[in-house]
Amino acid sequence: MKPAPPQQPIISVRGLVNRFGAETVHDGLDLEVYAGEVLGVVGGSGTGKSVLLRTIIGLNRPAEGTIEVFGTDLLALAESERREIEKRWGVLFQEGALFSSLTVAQNIEVPLKEFYDLPRGLMDEIAALKIGLAGLPEDAAAKFPAQLSGGMRKRAGLARALALDPEILFLDEPTSGLDAIAAAEFDQLIRDLQQSLGLTVFMVTHDIDSLFAVCDRVAVLVDKKIRVGTLDQILRDDHPWIRNYFHGPRGRAASAAQAGAARLALSDPA
Amino acid sequence: MAAAAATLVATEEDKTLVLKAEGEWLLATAAELDRRLRQLDPPPHQPIAIDLGGLDRIDSAGAWLLLRAELELTARGNPVELRNLDPTFAPLFEQVRAGGSLSPVAHPRPDHHTLVGFLARLGAVTLGLCARTYRLLGFFGLVCATMMRLTLRPGRLRLTAMVAQMEQTGVNALAIVGLLAFLVGVVIAYQGADQLRRFGAEIYTVDLLAVGILRELGVLMTAIIIAGRSGSAFTAEIGTMRVTEEIDAMRTLGLDPVEVLVVPRLLALLLTLPMLTLYADLMGLLGGSLMARAALGIAFPEFLSELRNAVGTRTLWIGVVKAPFFAAIIAMIGCYEGFQVSRSAESVGRQTTLAVVEAIFLVIVADAAFSVFFSVLRV
Repeated sequence: MKPAPPQQPIISVRGLVNRFGAETVHDGLDLEVYAGEVLGVVGGSGTGKSVLLRTIIGLNRPAEGTIEVFGTDLLALAESERREIEKRWGVLFQEGALFSSLTVAQNIEVPLKEFYDLPRGLMDEIAALKIGLAGLPEDAAAKFPAQLSGGMRKRAGLARALALDPEILFLDEPTSGLDAIAAAEFDQLIRDLQQSLGLTVFMVTHDIDSLFAVCDRVAVLVDKKIRVGTLDQILRDDHPWIRNYFHGPRGRAASAAQAGAARLALSDPA
Repeated sequence: MAAAAATLVATEEDKTLVLKAEGEWLLATAAELDRRLRQLDPPPHQPIAIDLGGLDRIDSAGAWLLLRAELELTARGNPVELRNLDPTFAPLFEQVRAGGSLSPVAHPRPDHHTLVGFLARLGAVTLGLCARTYRLLGFFGLVCATMMRLTLRPGRLRLTAMVAQMEQTGVNALAIVGLLAFLVGVVIAYQGADQLRRFGAEIYTVDLLAVGILRELGVLMTAIIIAGRSGSAFTAEIGTMRVTEEIDAMRTLGLDPVEVLVVPRLLALLLTLPMLTLYADLMGLLGGSLMARAALGIAFPEFLSELRNAVGTRTLWIGVVKAPFFAAIIAMIGCYEGFQVSRSAESVGRQTTLAVVEAIFLVIVADAAFSVFFSVLRV
């Protein structure tokens, strides 16, 4: 069903080592993300999923290794060059990380103001557009983050992440804390936006349903390294943690639901 | 960003106005394109065609500009047609068409920017202050009632917690309280000596120092330092426990949070603040005596005998007797504000700030009240 991703790495991590004190979280991790794909990153608690994301976007400096995004070595860049790269990606943090003293519209306008000199009216229109794209009602623009529910806050965070029309979208646990219906809607939203805006999505997740619903490929953090493949390849992997994860009760339920949906889709035209 | 070029060329083809959008319609070029599009003023009912064949790249801002032009011109009565849309851009246009809005919701204007808003806010703040005072008094009553209950059953008093709090608020504060009191003594002695020397009354520097430090500054400085150090800690500790639902857990286990958290802190501070005050007095006098020797050549025995002439033990007690009252104010407000924390991290910070400001404010107010009280009593 899903188009095969073009084989051209947009993010490439090599030999990544991350240490916190005596604890090694990543040890020689290699990962490539291709343009236009949705990559889901999973792993047990404490395996460094979020650390990996933070390392790629530059919030955490690795002990060793190289990180290339858009073919540029990020760790070797000067501050000003980094900012040019940062404009080309958007990040959705776990709790949205909206600026609490600003309204949703103002939150979205922060990066616009920072990087571009746009007239006020156009800026408000762009903010309204992103709010619409993220699936929020129009009147959310004037609300403060504290007035939003958890699900709406994530959508507002997504709208801010989309403010500069990024090429890569980093999502940290986008569906955590959402109920099953809201989570499924969020998955669909990400899939829609990814296809219409031509995004590459790097998604750290806990949510096995999200993996089945939106991811082209899955990366599993095990043994301080990463195993990447399409969902089918990963499902056949016989690493004990991966087997447990995908073939435990929840994994079976999610794959059964997915298989059911696929059967329905197949039987529909007939 | 490389200089992106985007153009909008208008031509006329048998009565139809053709707008050719070419180049890179991105955020970087949006400001200029926005201006160009807003200048468009075709005669009414003239058909318009927007030709998208020349677009190299376009993002959602560019797509929005084009769609907005289409919507606005249609609204003016010009039939608009979008031509030659590259199929790879079609999903973007679909998405933007669904999400965009011609009249974005206005930014809320903070209502205290108007006169009425300002007055309303003033009123709300005043009422809030009254309500807070009322609740604080209620909390004070609750703590008193709990203490009464504890005197009937002293076995329930949490001695370990109390001793731990005494270490936190007392022993651990020795260095900072001592150093600051010492420095205040030095400053007062120096300033006093400087002024009194003009009258040949240098020796009265000792009196100034003794009355100033023993009666007022020793206890006031100590209370202010402890309000900043321990009052804030009380709020932060109890507030964090509220955020993590520990207080609720305590209630479900049948523990009384006031008994477990507030009483040990209050009793600890009631005991340590007078002791810290005595210590601060001592350090202040020590600093003053060293300065007196350095600046005025008043030797230590001479300083002591003048000190004995200047003040009696009563002056000392007038200072120290205020300490338990200040301690009660600091502990009550610290704990009360801790319980006022709602279940968010930022509210811990807000209440902590509030606790320190309120505690210092009330300590100074109480000190002024004591001054009036003592002058009525003529002590």
